[in-house]
Amino acid sequence: MLRTIAARLLDAVPTVLLVLTLMFVALRLLPGDPALVVLGEYATQEQLALFRRQMGLDLPLWRQYLDFLWHMLTLDFGMSMINPVPVAQLIGENLPYTIELTAVATGMGLAFGIPMGVLAAVNRNRLPDAGVRVFSLVGYAIPDFYLGALLLIVFALNLGWFPINGGGEGLLDRLYHVFLPALTLAMVKTAFIGRLTRTSLLEVLGRDYIRTARAKGAREPRVIYRHALRNALLPVTTGLGLSLLATLSGSVAIELIFNRPGIGEVLISAIAKRDYPVIQGGVVVFAFFVVIVNLAVDLAYIVVDPRIRVKA
Amino acid sequence: MTRLAEAAEDVAPEEPRLALLRRLFSREKPATIIAAIVVLAFIAVALLAPVIAPYDPLAQSYLRINAYPSAEHWLGTDQFGRDVLSRLLHGARNSLIFGLVSPTLAALIGTALGVIAGYMGGIADRLISRVIDLLLAFPELLLAIMISAALGGGFWNVVMVIAIAFVPGFARVARSSTLAVRQEAYIEAAVAVGLGTPKIILRHVLPNISAPIVVLSTLWVASAIRLEASLSFLGLGTQPPNPSWGNIIRDGLGNIFGSPWPIIGAGLAITIVVLAFNVLGDALRDLLDPDTA
Repeated sequence: MLRTIAARLLDAVPTVLLVLTLMFVALRLLPGDPALVVLGEYATQEQLALFRRQMGLDLPLWRQYLDFLWHMLTLDFGMSMINPVPVAQLIGENLPYTIELTAVATGMGLAFGIPMGVLAAVNRNRLPDAGVRVFSLVGYAIPDFYLGALLLIVFALNLGWFPINGGGEGLLDRLYHVFLPALTLAMVKTAFIGRLTRTSLLEVLGRDYIRTARAKGAREPRVIYRHALRNALLPVTTGLGLSLLATLSGSVAIELIFNRPGIGEVLISAIAKRDYPVIQGGVVVFAFFVVIVNLAVDLAYIVVDPRIRVKA
Repeated sequence: MTRLAEAAEDVAPEEPRLALLRRLFSREKPATIIAAIVVLAFIAVALLAPVIAPYDPLAQSYLRINAYPSAEHWLGTDQFGRDVLSRLLHGARNSLIFGLVSPTLAALIGTALGVIAGYMGGIADRLISRVIDLLLAFPELLLAIMISAALGGGFWNVVMVIAIAFVPGFARVARSSTLAVRQEAYIEAAVAVGLGTPKIILRHVLPNISAPIVVLSTLWVASAIRLEASLSFLGLGTQPPNPSWGNIIRDGLGNIFGSPWPIIGAGLAITIVVLAFNVLGDALRDLLDPDTA
């Protein structure tokens, strides 16, 4: 098992390198002079040259590449070009809000989605199943930013039950502020997890060991929860990783809607202001997240599924 | 997805197209029929927008700002006095163009990459597969945000961004279908007869892997519409004042105390159209690949 984990960890190294390389290529080799983009058309030749030297753009490409890799791996993203703050500090201050939102939304999504999937599978082709099907169809179709805007209009603006913006101070206030944004993301997630749980549970319920469990006289709830659901949740683990990342990318729009601090909000306003060091930092942080979540899902799978452990 | 290819091959020769269509819209599935009507209506609106829109979508009027729905303005007006319904109708045009162009482009690029990887094997395959796996690990929206952070806005950039976000999915399907097709006797025969590789790929591989790729393209029309709306909402897609369902919601958010109607209308439009495309796509897939139904 330890060897499998070590192999997965080693496997992540070329992935990180590849991500960073693709990003370097995208940012440096695209048409357009970054100096010109940043300083504008009216900059003098001296200003442009100074900018290129400061940013290391006058160095040979391989030096730029190595410098870039080194800076990214040491999380040294440089200074923001708009505000005199290190990019790392900007990200450090905003990251907890994004993680908080993603975590709460994921928790809510699991808490609603798994029971919903069970309900649908147990009542296959009956009313609850149809209800869950409609819910997930709509959940797949409705854009999260639209749902967020609707919840904001109804519960924050008209009813005044929730705050309109901000991240909150202190634990309770922060939970209060995160509730509506998290609920938005959770509803989309619930559709996904509910559907996944239903499919997976139905497949497991057709297996021989379920028939055996029923034949030996186990009661239905015991069959469902003890024998079936535990096995049915395996594919949900993989789906959860994917869904976690989808929630993370959804959080970008949600932070905008609810005017919450967070990485998405930092990235989007940096893109609007062409603040390249911040864009680069934000993109790297998201890329690292993707790698880490996929790694975590792989590891969780090893821990959860004994068969993989034996094989390794 | 290879199963999809096999299923399609099994079904296609036996049943004429008309019968397939009849089964797709059988009376037992009213949802599919409704979805098809919605999709047709959406296409008609997009094509006819300049004719049926009651006002110019860009015409501002400071005499009627933030009007609520009325007989003159069915969905009210926005903070510049522009007619929301007219903007929505023109926005449909935008959605249709992105919904058709981006998946088509992605299908072309992705299929090319997948066929090269699957047919050539070796280093080309390992390199392409590695990049595909990596890109597939990213959610489409995140990938699109990251690419457009570098590329910037503008029509063709947005088309490219959405296409690139879809390329890995097409490439994977094309690769696995090609791997399956390569084992077939007729490929061996073609090689034995002395046909060149390009000719084998064009004449024998491509026609046999096209079914799953066409199905995939229709399923991704909905994703492309959604993705364009999301990007435009984030300010990375269609740039104002040109109307897009995404940036209508973005504009509406800045004017949320003025009138909620632009948001409600545009969001409803996205939801209904995406829902219809999804229902239709699912029905199509169920028909061609009954195992997963």
